[in-house]
Amino acid sequence: MAQAETVLELKGITKRFGEVVANEDISFALKQGEIHALLGENGAGKSTLMNIVFGLYQPTEGSIWVRGQEVQMDTPNKAIELGIGMVHQHFKLVQPFTVTENIILGMEPKAGLATDMKSASAKIRQLSEQYGLNVDPSAKIENISVGMQQRVEILKTLYRGADIVILDEPTAVLTPQEITELLAIMRRLASEGKSIIIITHKLKEIMEVADTCTIIRRGRVIDSVLVKESSPQELAEKMVGREVRFKTDKEKAQPQQAILSVKDLKVRGDNGQMAVNGLSFQVRAGEIVGIAGVDGNGQAELIEALTGMRRSDTGAIELDGVNILNKSPRTVGQSGMSHIPQDRHKHGLVLDFTVPENSILQIYNKPEMNKGGLMDSKAAQTLAEKYVKSFDIRIPGYDVPVRAMSGGNQQKLIIAREIDRRPKVLIAAQPTRGLDVGAIEFVHKELIAERNNGKGVLLISFELEEIMNVADRIIVLFNGQIVGETYPDQTNDQELGLMMAGRRQGGDSN
Amino acid sequence: MNNVRKLLRSDSIWIPVLSIIIGILIGAIVMLAGGYNPILAYQSLIEKIFGSPYDIGETLRQIVPLILSGLAVAVAFRGGMFNIGVEGQIVMGSLGALMVGNMLDLPPILHGIVAILVGALFGGIWGSLVAIFKVKRGLNEVISCIMLNWIALYISHIVIKTFMAEMGTSRSQPIHDSASIQIAWLSDLFGGARIHWGFFIVIFMLIGYYYYLNRTKWGYELRAVGYNKHAAEYAGMNVSSIAIRTFFISGAIGGLIGTFEILGVFKYMAIAPNTSGIGFDGIAVALLGMNTSVGVLLSGTLFGALYYGAQGMSFGADVPPEVIRMVISIIIFFAAAPAAIRMFLKMFRRKPKREEG
Repeated sequence: MAQAETVLELKGITKRFGEVVANEDISFALKQGEIHALLGENGAGKSTLMNIVFGLYQPTEGSIWVRGQEVQMDTPNKAIELGIGMVHQHFKLVQPFTVTENIILGMEPKAGLATDMKSASAKIRQLSEQYGLNVDPSAKIENISVGMQQRVEILKTLYRGADIVILDEPTAVLTPQEITELLAIMRRLASEGKSIIIITHKLKEIMEVADTCTIIRRGRVIDSVLVKESSPQELAEKMVGREVRFKTDKEKAQPQQAILSVKDLKVRGDNGQMAVNGLSFQVRAGEIVGIAGVDGNGQAELIEALTGMRRSDTGAIELDGVNILNKSPRTVGQSGMSHIPQDRHKHGLVLDFTVPENSILQIYNKPEMNKGGLMDSKAAQTLAEKYVKSFDIRIPGYDVPVRAMSGGNQQKLIIAREIDRRPKVLIAAQPTRGLDVGAIEFVHKELIAERNNGKGVLLISFELEEIMNVADRIIVLFNGQIVGETYPDQTNDQELGLMMAGRRQGGDSN
Repeated sequence: MNNVRKLLRSDSIWIPVLSIIIGILIGAIVMLAGGYNPILAYQSLIEKIFGSPYDIGETLRQIVPLILSGLAVAVAFRGGMFNIGVEGQIVMGSLGALMVGNMLDLPPILHGIVAILVGALFGGIWGSLVAIFKVKRGLNEVISCIMLNWIALYISHIVIKTFMAEMGTSRSQPIHDSASIQIAWLSDLFGGARIHWGFFIVIFMLIGYYYYLNRTKWGYELRAVGYNKHAAEYAGMNVSSIAIRTFFISGAIGGLIGTFEILGVFKYMAIAPNTSGIGFDGIAVALLGMNTSVGVLLSGTLFGALYYGAQGMSFGADVPPEVIRMVISIIIFFAAAPAAIRMFLKMFRRKPKREEG
């Protein structure tokens, strides 16, 4: 591989958005048959760079070379023509269409006036076999798993003749088993001569699959290293710019009485089906209970039922002895429940509000925040300053909408606010989604601090690593039911992964 | 000074300004193509607006309902909803004011105050119906608004014909003089133009609108729901009652438009085959004014002046007044399609940016 041809080269790419510099003087070379990881924190400029390669943005300065030729990458079509394909984090597939229909969309092979489905299907089948993708061309997208949808996206790029495949955060939505499969597929693609760029901030996957890793921090290339000569520790430190601890330090939990108890809870999803189907569990004071499971197994409905956002059919929810089943969100909150929502942009913050305005989102109606209906903007400002100071939130200004803040700082603001409500139970749903290593560390520390303060913490996460690291006790959710309960020191990724796929604890398959 | 510079560099100020300039220019081109003299036309438009005290007064009269209509639409917009039913709320407001003005006997001043309050209440109730249908039954507010517009119109026909018909005409009996809110001495000052108390109430309401949104608890709720309904709900706000309250306020402002027209301008209500169209103009006023107090004041003033001045244009330059309707439409078009303007701005801004960097 030492003499492999350089298929894609970026020379001195700089991209400015107004006064913001997203990429600065980035140079980067991709060799044929190589898996090249692009590592960086959120907002480091990885996605911007790849959007430049894919023709979605134009660089302010610098040049792009494909197979030794300088090119003007002005549209995605140009990129596809040059053999570059991109698999986005959020799939761009038409749900009711078949795999074949999705793949040929936009460049249908013609037989006279009609679309030549037969030859398209045959070609897709052949590509699928060649690269071990195991995709059924006639299946409908809505009926296949997320992992297979992703393989359809990969197949789409191959069908369009891509030699260079860019994968943007490809493992974010997959189960551990699906991740293993994906990594195998990537190796297969590389061995067949395709070149791959994988954008990620997960070190484990880089160590497992990548040949080279380029680290980007604040829009600049920090280093480009051969993965086999590096270590996760080194990569993480280069990415964050300081020393990082992976294992979250925590003492053993000292659980006390049950503070949140759920009995036989049944909740319907938006489609009218039972999404939470007879769930019973308890969270004790001074304990973090982690709910593991693949997205869509009832987690969202469970959280909504617990926080008063969704009506439950039957069952009981008691918070410190008080019944909160089907109570309004405000009542639930005042009974001692805080909530770090999964979707902070949709549920946690009003993005067009300033930091002070967001700080008082739940307590604006309290007498200390308004006098006879007139808002006390000084009180809100004082509160916001307290949060910013004690949680080290970086903000562009108190009168600027929080939209302008980074994801990590937005999350810090939510956590500051939720903890300040002095809850008995804290529900944290995917609290580190989309955050970088430094911010993740912070969030985990805060959750553990709350536990040590005698609060009950319910952590819902799709990231096994997070559950294993932070939780004191683990419940695995599948199809709205509990399929297993275990402790982090008594289990491993493999066992949890199987349970997440529906295998009941102890081996009886479901 | 810094703030002014910041404002001048933000798109939000240049988009409406450029929209207006482009609208006027395209209007001129159309006039040229039609064989009219645009310079003469615009000159007579301005002369009509400022020509005499009477004209200035009548221009002000024209502006009042447009500003109110803009405010009615804007308050709903800020709450994340679209009030396209101001037309119906105007009719109900007119009807309420007319009924009080015609059917009750009260001392002067008090009579006017009661009539104004009832007019606003009628409009507010009519507006809140829209929100009630929306939150209780999930009915899209655009559909219910448009239907309620017609229902209001025909209710007004029935009520007028049954209780207040003026024989031999297609209009109602006039209100009693005690309910009039015209200001006689001010009207005299403006050469007989129909100036009424509504003019001062509007100024008060523009300030009130700003305070309500930015300083009160209810305004905080309204903005939270408007920006992000889901987060507001998560934070424990009662989104349904906030929506109903917002539509009540919006409708009450709409009701005031009709109220002022009846009590201060026309004194009677016509049995018209159509609603006035002022409610729809309000959408344009709110859009160009970006739903802010100052913006609505400026854009309402502009549209009111253009509408009134259009009469002078047809008189002085023989240009059909439809041209001004078209100019306004073009302004709205560009204000609503800011991407087109931004492209324009980019070309101008590229140079100064380099100097700074």
